[in-house]
Amino acid sequence: MQRGEVEDVEIRLLLEGLQRIYGYDFRDYAEASIRRRLSHWLAESEFATFSQAQSQLLRDRGAFESLVRGITVNVTEMFRDPAFFKAVREQAVPFLKTYPFVKIWHAGCATGEEAYSMAILLNEEGMAGRFRMYATDINETVLQKAGEGVLPIAEMQRFTRNYQKSGGSASFADYYTARYDRAILSAALKKDIVFAPHNLAVDGEFGEMNMVLCRNVMIYFKPALKERCLQLFDSSLLPGGFLCLGLKETLEKRKIGERYAELVPPLRIYRKRYG
Amino acid sequence: MARSFQAVVIGVSTGGVQALKKLLGPLPADFPLPVLVVQHIGPDAGSGLARLLDECCVLRVKEADEQDAILPGTVYLAPPNYHLLVEQDGCLSLSADPHVSFARPSVDVLFESAAAVFGPRLIGIVLTGANSDGSRGLQSVKQHGGLAIVQDPAGAEARQMPQAAMAATSVDHVVDLDGMAALLRKLAPGRTAAPPKGGRAYD
Ligand SMILES: C[S@@+](CC[C@H](N)C(=O)[O-])C[C@H]1O[C@@H](n2cnc3c(N)ncnc32)[C@H](O)[C@@H]1O
Repeated sequence: MQRGEVEDVEIRLLLEGLQRIYGYDFRDYAEASIRRRLSHWLAESEFATFSQAQSQLLRDRGAFESLVRGITVNVTEMFRDPAFFKAVREQAVPFLKTYPFVKIWHAGCATGEEAYSMAILLNEEGMAGRFRMYATDINETVLQKAGEGVLPIAEMQRFTRNYQKSGGSASFADYYTARYDRAILSAALKKDIVFAPHNLAVDGEFGEMNMVLCRNVMIYFKPALKERCLQLFDSSLLPGGFLCLGLKETLEKRKIGERYAELVPPLRIYRKRYG
Repeated sequence: MARSFQAVVIGVSTGGVQALKKLLGPLPADFPLPVLVVQHIGPDAGSGLARLLDECCVLRVKEADEQDAILPGTVYLAPPNYHLLVEQDGCLSLSADPHVSFARPSVDVLFESAAAVFGPRLIGIVLTGANSDGSRGLQSVKQHGGLAIVQDPAGAEARQMPQAAMAATSVDHVVDLDGMAALLRKLAPGRTAAPPKGGRAYD
């Protein structure tokens, strides 16, 4: 047997063990990326092999949590893909505005930047006080950060550019207070967002949503879990509601695909058909 | 004895468009292997490159979508701002993981994941570029028993990437761009089986 094959077996055993003990099933995730991150984690760890690491990982929750932090990707940014937010502003919001009140679900929100960006956008488009957002993630560490709404000040220049490219015309600096090396997002943005844990692999739907965003989350999932998520989003969305995916994710060849029309084609904003 | 290959991976940076035109242009319609390409490209580049290359060669060139099946005689380009990876089931996947070797897409990421799947049946090619992405990847191709080809730095628009690859691992062929397509045709003359579904691609 080649070394790589032994490692394959070790990884499989480890992932099964983690699932049984902690209920986190990394076997639902696309293997190539997970393997890459696991190898990096191992190289940085004190262990020579996954078998050696396994003993501690299965017994010590702290060790497990540091593994999870090491192998999950939570990168996000304010107004990520500005063209997407511009299209939401110009093409989806006019529909949302016809409702007295709208509900929005950010699935896999990481540290919350996407939800905060959307709150800024909706306020600017005259929807202040007429929306509520549910922003969920499997990872409680990032959710806690999301609730704090504190960003590194060094990023604000980039985020300001994103904001402007997304069609924002106010002064972005009005949305945060600078304190040393941090930017604290204004409390007014937080009040309409509920951050909560939710695991897309096991937990249920959120009812009666006007918009669901799940961007750059499902690209890491195996096809079966992707299908599960899409079913979940479909049953959460009202007819006429919007489903927003990452720029390289599509509903093509998906079971729920036929019930959706792509509103703004390259930007993955889909609208659920009526009836 | 001739070995049969299952895929070609190519990494290229500065001067990549010209280099890819020269390399892919002469490949015939019945070229039996899939070709996976990482060309370093800015995050907002759009999908123009795939269209451009598609017009210059007989092989079909497309920007890779998640879960694309890897088909023979097709060229898959990593999309701007995403890493391109090969899964064990012979499909492609994308990731928005942080930059690797200062790049996204990164050559190292594609090569390492492809090496784990295709093993000795992989051909890795590093072309012109002004950085050293691809050298760890090519090393991994070799470690898994694959074949390593590097563009002759002497004629490369930017030498650093081929040179770094040559320093990192023992390379099987160092060739000019002009000779690259001919070499590939020699290495992969007829139609071979598509990559297997499920399980490792070699045993
Ligand atoms: C790359 S971030 C995407 C953040 C944001 N949506 C964006 O596009 O910028 C992916 C997030 O998905 C979360 N995630 C991964 N698996 C999950 C699961 N099974 N259920 C819920 N969230 C998950 C991760 O914790 C991570 O925060």
